[in-house]
Amino acid sequence: MKNRRIASSATIGVVLFLTFGLISGALPSRVSAAAAQERALLDTGGSAAGDFGPPVGEPIVATLTSPPYVPPPINRNTPAKLIVNLEVRELDMPISEGVMYTFWTFGGTVPGSFIRVRQGDTIEFHLANHPSSKMPHNIDLHAVTGSGGGASSSFTAPGHESQFTFKALNQGLFVYHCATAPVGMHVANGMYGLILVEPPGGLPPVDREYYVMQGDFYTVGKYREKGHQAFDMQKAIEENATYVLFNGSEGALVGDNALSANTGETIRLFVGNGGPNLVSSFHVIGEIFDKVFTEGGTHYQENVQTTLVPAGGSAITEFRVEVPGTLVIVDHSIFRAFNKGALGMIKVDGPENLAVYTGKEVDSVYLGDKVKDLTVVAEATTAYSTTGEVTIAQQIAAGEALFAGTCSVCHQLDGRGLATVFPPLAGADFFLADTTRAIDIVLNGLVGPITVNDQSYDSVMPPMSQLNDDEIADILTYSLNSWGNDGGRVTREEAAERRASTERPPGAAH
Amino acid sequence: MMVLLAVTAFAAADDFRGRMATVGPGEFHSVIPEGKKDAVIDIPVFQLDQRPVTNGEFLDFTNANPQWQRSNAVRLFVDASYLSHWETAIELGPDVDAEQPLINVSWFAATAYCEAHGARLPRWYEWEFAAAADKTHADARDDPLWRQQILNWYATPGSKALSLVGQRAENFYGIQDLHGLVWEWVADYNALLVADDNREQGGADKLKFCGAGAISMERKEDYAVLMRVAMLSSLEAAYTTQNLGFRCAADLSEGSQ
Repeated sequence: MKNRRIASSATIGVVLFLTFGLISGALPSRVSAAAAQERALLDTGGSAAGDFGPPVGEPIVATLTSPPYVPPPINRNTPAKLIVNLEVRELDMPISEGVMYTFWTFGGTVPGSFIRVRQGDTIEFHLANHPSSKMPHNIDLHAVTGSGGGASSSFTAPGHESQFTFKALNQGLFVYHCATAPVGMHVANGMYGLILVEPPGGLPPVDREYYVMQGDFYTVGKYREKGHQAFDMQKAIEENATYVLFNGSEGALVGDNALSANTGETIRLFVGNGGPNLVSSFHVIGEIFDKVFTEGGTHYQENVQTTLVPAGGSAITEFRVEVPGTLVIVDHSIFRAFNKGALGMIKVDGPENLAVYTGKEVDSVYLGDKVKDLTVVAEATTAYSTTGEVTIAQQIAAGEALFAGTCSVCHQLDGRGLATVFPPLAGADFFLADTTRAIDIVLNGLVGPITVNDQSYDSVMPPMSQLNDDEIADILTYSLNSWGNDGGRVTREEAAERRASTERPPGAAH
Repeated sequence: MMVLLAVTAFAAADDFRGRMATVGPGEFHSVIPEGKKDAVIDIPVFQLDQRPVTNGEFLDFTNANPQWQRSNAVRLFVDASYLSHWETAIELGPDVDAEQPLINVSWFAATAYCEAHGARLPRWYEWEFAAAADKTHADARDDPLWRQQILNWYATPGSKALSLVGQRAENFYGIQDLHGLVWEWVADYNALLVADDNREQGGADKLKFCGAGAISMERKEDYAVLMRVAMLSSLEAAYTTQNLGFRCAADLSEGSQ
């Protein structure tokens, strides 16, 4: 996997050279030599350049791993002969809690064992079909150049074993799967996995490498219908998936099975999609992919949020984690994540990094459309500023709109409050007895026990000093004249006087 | 080859026929066309075992024909797993029920058994013709529920203990256990035609196959047939597996039925 940065600046150089060269009629032979060199940096040469000769040294038995783990990086700079022993087992395993399914597996897991080789290696592949299997099976590795990807050479009856040998001429991350009739059913039952063919120089080291493979599953019963579920061919043909899962079961990557990492580490995910039908919109909630090797190929894109993983295809994503928390792996075709199980987790441990992410800082009330039309408020204010006078009617109208927007949240639109929690204003002895105290309470709030209409209240009223004098006067005037209250009036001058002569509590506005 | 398999003629042919049902004649719409688009095969009348051959029945056969006991059988005709589930070459043992269908048997051994009874293995078309029936219809292959039921068996793993023969309902012809118990050998299993890689539709290896080319199937929704074809195609005549047994067939002779 080449580093594109070096390549791109060289590209610019060459493009400029070419442009200048063509315009000024420069020597064509020097241009093509440079272009050829440039091409070598961008182009691995494909399978034609992938044969590094016969294997060197003793044959090595390949280490295979079960998901989500991968074998260690290859540490070799010569081609070798690798012996891969892979067994097919048909197993009853839970697909979801309380739901059993008969999976057909490579190596006893869905997805199957992860195979890691180096470009140019010769792989002697042994496929064994356990005697308890009902079905014959074979294998098609997308890394194989040859008939059927190996499928025509590995058709194996139960209780038998096949062998074939191939050379891995192309680097990349490749899917393998069973190709026995009916192919869709074998794949739908979980017969897929990944084989990584490392470039000759290996992959740049990272802190964590994990193996995640998506698949769609089709059962006769509904999603999460308990019991043993059979495969439903009709749903598979219609591409109506019952489950869409990472690593073969709903619990595969959540809870105790979540992947783990520490802040500051770089994670590499080898992502596969066995299908059989659905394409994945692969995304990790809470992170951005610093690099994506799209479709498991050689060159990477940077700074990607969501990448497509084709059915029967792969991708390699790399990202550095900076803050602790739980990252959620999803197929961003989002109903699959929340209604069909396409969900996994990465738990990141480490110290907080508030400069990058703080979590929730403020939670305040937002009244939204409870705020009524405030033109009446504007009218009252205009009246006062132009004529020096505002009528009680104007104050009441303005106060009604302001009350609805600010006070009704607790005291309710009908002024009755909430029993034992928020005191009423309608017919409330505590309110009506002392208007000056009422202004003070609106400005400065009130804490501590009070008795209103023989009912005790011990709540907190926050200071509302952000309201200006007009607004306080209008709200109180409205309250004194509503809900059967006898009447009264508060003027802006009174509000201003109380504002000047009392102290705001800490944190309140002016 | 049949001449080389020396077997003792065993039990009166009529007794043996007594356990067979008569099937056909009829027309069979095969899913695998013999070179033509829609293959309609004429199936002449034949007889077919109502149940698969059991452990007990095969034990009687090997007792009378010791060359077919597992300690004696020629390795050309059987593989290493032949009758491996029996405790010894001549005893079933406590873990094996005489009424369970015989498994771990090769095509050669199955053929020898049927021949010893004046019978033969059914041909593939005959087997499929009988197997297309449910309880009330000769051809139930268009019934999605029936198809799903069969597929449910194919979907469960093979590790559960085999049930006894004759437990399931009789089909239209009075035959049991064509589905849901074990795979079954047919005489011409090797004339089936799955290319090792199922995706080689009409590929370069057409000449390999006596029947049609690689799978160019009609009735794609009846994919249980595909699975049976795939299974049989993966076998060699000497192979045995834990999920494969057989039953016998016979041509209708005068005087019987």
